[in-house]
Amino acid sequence: MKKKSRSKVVEYNKWGYIFLIPFTLVYVIFQLIPLFTTIWNSFFENYRSGLKQIGPNFIGLENYVKILSSGDLWQYAGNTLIMWIIGFIPQIFFSLLLGAWFTDPSLRLKCQQFFKTVIYLPNLIMASAFAMLFFTLFSDSGPVNSILLQMGVLKEPFSFFSSVAATRLLVGFMNFIMWFGNTTILLMAGMMGIDQSLFEAAEVDGATSNQIFFKITLPLLRPILIYVLITSLIGGLQMFDVPQILTNGTGDPARSTLTMIMWLNKHLYSKNFGMGGALSVLLFIITGVLSIIVFKMTGTDTSK
Amino acid sequence: MKKKVLSMLLASTMTAAMLAGCGSSNEEPAAATTAAADAATDAVTEAAATTEAAAAETTAAVEDTAAADEGKVLNIECWNTEFQSRITDHYPGYEKVDDTTGKIGDVTVNWIITPSDDNAYQNNLDTVLPENLDASADDKVDIFLMEADYALKYVNSDVTLPLTDIGINPDTDLADQFQYTKDIVTDSNGSLKGASWQACSAGLIYNRAAAKEVLGSDDPETVQEAVKDWDTFNATAAKLKDAGYTITSSVNDTYRVYSNNVTTPWVKDGKVVVDDNIKKWVDDSKELVDAGETNTYDLWSDDWNKGFYPDGKVFCYFGPAWLINFSMAPDQEGSIANEGGWGFCVGPQSFYWGGTWIAAAAGTDNPSLVKDIILTMTTDQDVLKEIVEKDYDCVNSKSLLTSLATDDSFGLPVLGGQNPYGLLEEGAEKVDMSNISDYDQGCNEEFQNALKGYFDGNYASYDDAIAAFNKAIVEKYPDVTTD
Repeated sequence: MKKKSRSKVVEYNKWGYIFLIPFTLVYVIFQLIPLFTTIWNSFFENYRSGLKQIGPNFIGLENYVKILSSGDLWQYAGNTLIMWIIGFIPQIFFSLLLGAWFTDPSLRLKCQQFFKTVIYLPNLIMASAFAMLFFTLFSDSGPVNSILLQMGVLKEPFSFFSSVAATRLLVGFMNFIMWFGNTTILLMAGMMGIDQSLFEAAEVDGATSNQIFFKITLPLLRPILIYVLITSLIGGLQMFDVPQILTNGTGDPARSTLTMIMWLNKHLYSKNFGMGGALSVLLFIITGVLSIIVFKMTGTDTSK
Repeated sequence: MKKKVLSMLLASTMTAAMLAGCGSSNEEPAAATTAAADAATDAVTEAAATTEAAAAETTAAVEDTAAADEGKVLNIECWNTEFQSRITDHYPGYEKVDDTTGKIGDVTVNWIITPSDDNAYQNNLDTVLPENLDASADDKVDIFLMEADYALKYVNSDVTLPLTDIGINPDTDLADQFQYTKDIVTDSNGSLKGASWQACSAGLIYNRAAAKEVLGSDDPETVQEAVKDWDTFNATAAKLKDAGYTITSSVNDTYRVYSNNVTTPWVKDGKVVVDDNIKKWVDDSKELVDAGETNTYDLWSDDWNKGFYPDGKVFCYFGPAWLINFSMAPDQEGSIANEGGWGFCVGPQSFYWGGTWIAAAAGTDNPSLVKDIILTMTTDQDVLKEIVEKDYDCVNSKSLLTSLATDDSFGLPVLGGQNPYGLLEEGAEKVDMSNISDYDQGCNEEFQNALKGYFDGNYASYDDAIAAFNKAIVEKYPDVTTD
């Protein structure tokens, strides 16, 4: 009898593998093989100059040396991180606040479903459409400037896209608007997973709602928070669509909104596959290292 | 048991679907599609019968355009709808089907539009043209259009057919065209590889109301006196500022005037060089921007466009005749162009802007139709006359321009009845194309981008802006070196 049941387990395991086939195939063809060809490509001089094809010639690490020696990569990595942080701080703040409100049964919020839908809506708009919208809104003769002029806040139109700070703030703000709904839903799921009896016990003991939030909700939310932080960081490092459309691909003013992926795009646009490959590999390493740092920083505390 | 069957079924459908996607998918669904295909064939034959009849009718009208053994599809690569609208309006026998297709006789014309921003159009040509010989008949590019900024690249390569190969004799057929329009498309062996219907000499297009207010008169000669060289131009800018006008909408307006009068090409021996006249543009423009006498908008942006209306308070734009008609909203109620409120004079330096050259792609399967299109659109006097009257292009025909220039009854409504053709013809004779290079479009675009940062104060110095320009150039053209 025992024997029979074990063989049944094995038999069922087989189905598990079969169900994995589609994913594995897709993964190998569209992810794993391109990953290795990217690394392979990064060792070659391989680009087009007009109608001529140059290479591919094997040049070893020269592409890497070129990228790292110019120091541009760090400037663009800095741009990317600054704009990510500008967007992430309000994003995590409002998501925590909204998540806490939505999950608190004592508040008895009305129309919860409606608001949950509304905060998610910006994410449904295409990032490029959203960027175009902001570009028009904040152009020199756009509505924002005319409102400010008529209200007497400004004497003459403020050129948002000629100011480094304003353009970065706009990019950060758009990312915040687009992603806070998503984060709220993730955090709410985490908060709802916390045992309600803990909250009740705290209330009985006379804890204020602030104390409940900081002493119970936050510590127990830590795994979800780390997940949100890492996914958002990776997403932020790959920031592309919003600044690309907003600045028409130039990363202006003065290349201060040029993200790493936009830079990669510039190389790939001129069909420079060698440099593109090398840059992709470096991005992969940077993303990996930053994720490990975040994971270690936030992870060690939980084990204590 | 049931579960097992179900899961097996699920798993097999999943893998089957995958494999079908990967490999040859025509085995299994074949049976299912046969029935549908039968039905479809019936419909197709029926449709074909009707189109054949229709085609027969139209072929009669334009019998000599397409030889019977030539391709049935004419693919035209272009970056906007300008040439398309010229063909639609003026090419005999062309029928519009929808926005990107048309018909000439029984030949279908496909318009393949790739915008030219950020080299997209050239990158597209670079990939498509070298493979054109091997492409299937219906996919072959037959005609592509080029701009002066990068024409050399295609002219000096085998992807473009010499006009003599499709039966055009430049010496007799194109004798009436301006020399510069031929110089641009002549390869290093001296054979001509394209033709244009435009001679895009350009000038200064000024706002008559502003000229009256500030300079006392809107007469082209008075205005020319106030903008005759760059020093006078900049002095006039200060006067205009006091009256609330900016002299140009953007620093980029004057860019082409300076960059057309350079003494060295952008790229020399594989290295980028900034010409003295372009440096002068930077210095003059920086002063104008700092004094609040112009702005740094991108060309074609909504902010740049403001000056097309009286409230925009812009004194002048620089451009050829097509700019007014194609871009300056002449159909829009209340625009300056609509009220005929623009005037035209030569400006500080003469220059050209734009111009579209028609070239035959190597591998075309419609040579005689291509020949007919090129000849009709660039040499047929009646067609060119029509183009002038409808589109105000400065057409590429010396004799026609001369007769227009001396025709006092002829004037452009957008210019308040002024006849600019005398000035345009004079300008076209002066155009000098000796300093163009393969890289001009990318260099011009990136230089203006980078220097915008300097004018706006985001780069502390000219050198910082040039460093950014050099970076952008190397990204765009990996084979070019910089300082």
